[in-house]
Amino acid sequence: MSRLSRRKLITTGFAATASALGLGVAARIAQRYGLVPPDHGGIYGLGETLTYASQRLLTRHSLAREFSRSQISKPPFANEIPPLNEAFKRLQAGGFADWRLSVNGMVAQPGSFSLDQLKTYPSQSQITMLQCEEGWSYIAEWIGVPLSQILQAVAILPQARYIVYYSIDPDWWESIDMADALHPQTFLAYGMNGDELPVGNGGPLRLRLPPQLGYKSVKYITHLTVTDSLKGFGKGLGSASPEAGYAWYAGI
Amino acid sequence: MLRATWYHSRVSDSACVPSAASAVPTTTTTSRHSALVRVTHWITTLCFLALLVSGVEIVISHPRFYWGETGNDLTPPLFKLPIPASRALVPTGYGNVLPDQNGWSRYLHFQAAWVVVLTGLLYVISSFFTGHLRKNLLPDRADLSWRAFSTAIASHLRFERPSEAEAWSYNVLQRLTYLFVIFVLFPLVIWTGLAMSPAFVSAFPATVNVLGGQQSARTLHFFVSLALVLFLLVHVAMVWLAGLRSRMRAMITGRAATPMERT
Repeated sequence: MSRLSRRKLITTGFAATASALGLGVAARIAQRYGLVPPDHGGIYGLGETLTYASQRLLTRHSLAREFSRSQISKPPFANEIPPLNEAFKRLQAGGFADWRLSVNGMVAQPGSFSLDQLKTYPSQSQITMLQCEEGWSYIAEWIGVPLSQILQAVAILPQARYIVYYSIDPDWWESIDMADALHPQTFLAYGMNGDELPVGNGGPLRLRLPPQLGYKSVKYITHLTVTDSLKGFGKGLGSASPEAGYAWYAGI
Repeated sequence: MLRATWYHSRVSDSACVPSAASAVPTTTTTSRHSALVRVTHWITTLCFLALLVSGVEIVISHPRFYWGETGNDLTPPLFKLPIPASRALVPTGYGNVLPDQNGWSRYLHFQAAWVVVLTGLLYVISSFFTGHLRKNLLPDRADLSWRAFSTAIASHLRFERPSEAEAWSYNVLQRLTYLFVIFVLFPLVIWTGLAMSPAFVSAFPATVNVLGGQQSARTLHFFVSLALVLFLLVHVAMVWLAGLRSRMRAMITGRAATPMERT
């Protein structure tokens, strides 16, 4: 019996050490390849990391489904929006002529773009679905400029790893990794269904990110920051969503 | 003496080496459920309850169901649940009655899903190798007759207490039900769940297209979950009828009540 339990003890010890080492190595590799989300701490960190890492590996180059024009939701849907602040109302009164999108951080040429300047880039359109975590959804045609073009224009530095983006409401900010930022369907959208982007849908400027749920497609975008780390932003969880209890990554 | 025999047979069984104890002749194995079956059973139970609670919380933020690709407050629902909702968006009659719980619910739902999927994989793969699938789940050919079915169904309808043999082996209805839950309902609930993920379907669009759309996947996910809840209720009721103590002991300690022991 004693010999047996010693053998068992040694085997168990070996297995435990090997698993601990294996987990440690896996964590290092995951960190190295950008597979660890900023909200990986806490009791739900395991599930969150598994979801982000596996979807990042599986879907990095996949395009969200696009639909035919006949599938566009009629009547167009707009969910309820929080009351807009004074700054927004002032710009709205001026027909958004003074709306600016400023870009700074890890870029060679920080810049500020008016809506007209954004429209000088070749506009693109996509018919994609916007899905809310609540359960409802709609399909619309989104018109705008791919975010990658603006990032190219400001010449992001090679160490850039995340784009942090802000609504005109300073409490409303999000961030995405470079795979999503450079994704061909990630748009700065200023039009919808062949027209201007309505205020109810995020006009005059909304970030559209079809491979993730609606709350990552922040409305009323005024500012982008390019960074190599999310630690200095808010509570360091990546965006306002984890601070409110929601996952940073919303591909599921 | 019986206890001693049981104890020694267990010890020699688990240690798998010759020892003094194995000299005691044992004719039957008293282990009802293997450790793997017991551990995966209870992990699955915990995950299922977590998925159920978080799933209910997620549903009440929009208790309307649709068919096709899209659905929202402006489109007619397939049906809606007559329950209070946690969001103001849902039209009249609901109102923003309940607090928003979607944040932790979604975190918990996906974490429990990961654990139950990995546990389920371990269970299913090992079932093929240990013979659990063949011995305990696949019905005997002799049991796959109308006569065997009608006997089993009739005895269930009469609420007969299970025979002694059933403390050791599943009857044909049990086997078919477990096979259906393991190889049909669980895969379906995982599939319909993944078919709602915008990133997942960007890589595998066919998984949602064959279901008829993202909202169809959501509606199907709801119904498959209901089927699993129905299984849970019947399963617990049957365990209760068969003898809660003995069945719980079998699934916790692995030990079944033997006929000798009762006397």
